[in-house]
Amino acid sequence: MSALINDARFRNIGFQVLIIGALVFSVWWLMDNTLTNLENRGKSLGFGFLVQTAGFEISDTLGTWLFDYEVGVSSYTDIYFIGITNTLLIAVLGIVFASIIGFTVGIMRLSNNFVLKYFATVYVEVIRNVPLLLQLFFWYFAVLGILPGARSQMEVLGGLGGLNITGLYLPAPVFQAGFGLVFFAFIASLILSYGIAKFSKKKQDETGLGLKVAVIVPVLIISITGITYVLMGGPLDWTFPEFKNTGPVFKRGFQSDSGMVLVPEMIAVLLALTLYTAGFIAEIVRAGILAVSKGQTEAAYSVGLRPGITLRLIVIPQAMRIIIPPLTSQYLNLTKNSSLAVAIAYPELVSVFAGTALNQVGKEIEMIFMVMSTYLVISLITSFFMNWFNARVKIVER
Amino acid sequence: MNNISIVLVAIVAAAAGYFGSTMMKNDAPAPAAVKTETASVEATLNAVKAKGFVQCGVSQGLPGFSNADDAGNWTGIDVDVCRGVAAAVFGDASKVKYTPLSSKQRFTALASGEIDVLSRNTTWTMTRDTQLGLNFAGVNYYDGQGFLVPTKLGIKSALEMDGANVCSQTGTTTELNVTDFFRENGMKFNLVAFEEADAVVAAYDSGRCDVYTTDRSGLAAQRTKLANPDAHMVLPEIISKEPLGPVVRQGDDQWFNIVRWTLNAMINAEEMGITSANAKSMANDNNPAIKRLLGTEGTFGAELGLSNDWALNIISQVGNYGESYEAHVGPNTPLKLGRGVNALWSQGGILYAAPVR
Repeated sequence: MSALINDARFRNIGFQVLIIGALVFSVWWLMDNTLTNLENRGKSLGFGFLVQTAGFEISDTLGTWLFDYEVGVSSYTDIYFIGITNTLLIAVLGIVFASIIGFTVGIMRLSNNFVLKYFATVYVEVIRNVPLLLQLFFWYFAVLGILPGARSQMEVLGGLGGLNITGLYLPAPVFQAGFGLVFFAFIASLILSYGIAKFSKKKQDETGLGLKVAVIVPVLIISITGITYVLMGGPLDWTFPEFKNTGPVFKRGFQSDSGMVLVPEMIAVLLALTLYTAGFIAEIVRAGILAVSKGQTEAAYSVGLRPGITLRLIVIPQAMRIIIPPLTSQYLNLTKNSSLAVAIAYPELVSVFAGTALNQVGKEIEMIFMVMSTYLVISLITSFFMNWFNARVKIVER
Repeated sequence: MNNISIVLVAIVAAAAGYFGSTMMKNDAPAPAAVKTETASVEATLNAVKAKGFVQCGVSQGLPGFSNADDAGNWTGIDVDVCRGVAAAVFGDASKVKYTPLSSKQRFTALASGEIDVLSRNTTWTMTRDTQLGLNFAGVNYYDGQGFLVPTKLGIKSALEMDGANVCSQTGTTTELNVTDFFRENGMKFNLVAFEEADAVVAAYDSGRCDVYTTDRSGLAAQRTKLANPDAHMVLPEIISKEPLGPVVRQGDDQWFNIVRWTLNAMINAEEMGITSANAKSMANDNNPAIKRLLGTEGTFGAELGLSNDWALNIISQVGNYGESYEAHVGPNTPLKLGRGVNALWSQGGILYAAPVR
């Protein structure tokens, strides 16, 4: 027996078996306990509720428009997908804007201009130290406070759209037959542009002279898409928001079926999330840039490159491999923080599915499990993509 | 992937399979009557006596029903139900601890055992009674859903609300009722649903929505929080039945009886004219019904698992139903709610408690 214990291989395998056994046992015990308790309290498990119809109304958002939400007709499965759509909308837009603002503020903080540096420092310190929920309430009630009332408006886009406390109303595109082809033409022109950019880079590596990509690409995209659009007879119509000043009180203001509406809840969530995450991204960017050794900048200046070009072509590519892993965390945080939107009535996944629907149906374990898995999948996809991107921008050292 | 990862994935897959097969089996709701052994549900009375206090689930601050002042003292008619239960069990109405709950958390908190009784202006509906593993122990306020609009809009009736923006709290019967009302009457509306009641009131006050809807008692309570309470009016329509009452877990009949009869004792006391001031002296009244209620005759307390002066303690320390109502939601409070249907049956209302005999 002691011979066995002294054998390193046996010890290794033995410990692993013990730990796996403990893990299996605790998982089994947790589930058995849960099921027994549920049975004792008269509750059952099951996903049958997903086909029941829902009896409550949801705010006008991208999700309800995409899935044609109708009370009494749509099921809880539709509500689940509406929630996911709204969450993804906030996540994607938030990530894009937060990155832009974050990079800008991060670089601002490193500039020699006193005003820019001071502004960026104050911004980062304030934003990072106030809890996100409070910032969310602030932006929501601040936005609500300055907008004109429901029966007046502030014109936008030269009268084509309008802004008031019930939302930002914009013209909505109505796609007609043939628009699919225009869309394909657009995608084709993008691919062509990508090919031209690669070709130009190869030519520049070989001969030192590339094509003027910055001019060719936009012209190409616009001309191909534009020509297809005209050839198809202009298959795009617009509906404009309608504003009425007369009639019964609740019928005045913007009519609900005209144009596209961005509710103030969505605007406030986007503002709060973007500014909050941008504060963190700014610090990550600053850390990445500072981590590039000063010798690189000095060498670039000595060769005659201006500061702007140095930053863009020398410093940032090297800083990227330091920036990207923490940046991934911030993107995941933004996606998950969107669940706070329930506090200001934006119908994203947690608010509408794990909130309202949960209260009506009562099956907490199944629904929370679904919501958790959804966030897990979204986060895994985001980090998978970011890791691929990281591998691509890694500098191969000699 | 290395070997450990494969093993772990296999474990998770097996666990998911086990979980999934159990759920497939239980897809139809299990009939609650099948449980014959109630001993498996911990007897709440014993647990409460061991703890030394009643854990009471209340709202996050609804004036008149359950609201904390700036010293942290809770008052309201829902709070009085919990204090009554504590008086019945311990002889001391102060042995209560309060857990503020949102409308999303309230049922889970009760079902999981975190609180002993939920007294949180909760509407008694069939779904809640049958599908959540809970029982409603009575009604302490008969309410109905209504609408609050700014007076300057000139709206006189709920039927003029086609196209309105309506604010409400999420996860409540309010959302369902307002959707039904608008559908029935062929009107359109936009719903803005918040999690916290304070956010709803703030959004309504800022003008984000034109209409605020919740139970009429809630409208009266929340109106006191508005910037200019007199600039708003409650529309005359009542669009639903909202019987509000305390809730307990299923499977514990003894605790259910205690909560139910606490409420009944308070209503019966008002009917018989017993108040907190005269309860002790009325214990020797000639009326046999009063003697039975206050424990001078009979062993009704023992049958509940309590002492015989259970009702005497409730009434002398908390008061009868009328006293509680007048003190928190009556016409002399900021809520200014008349008794209406909440008067005794002998006085034109529908409050009718079973007799103690």
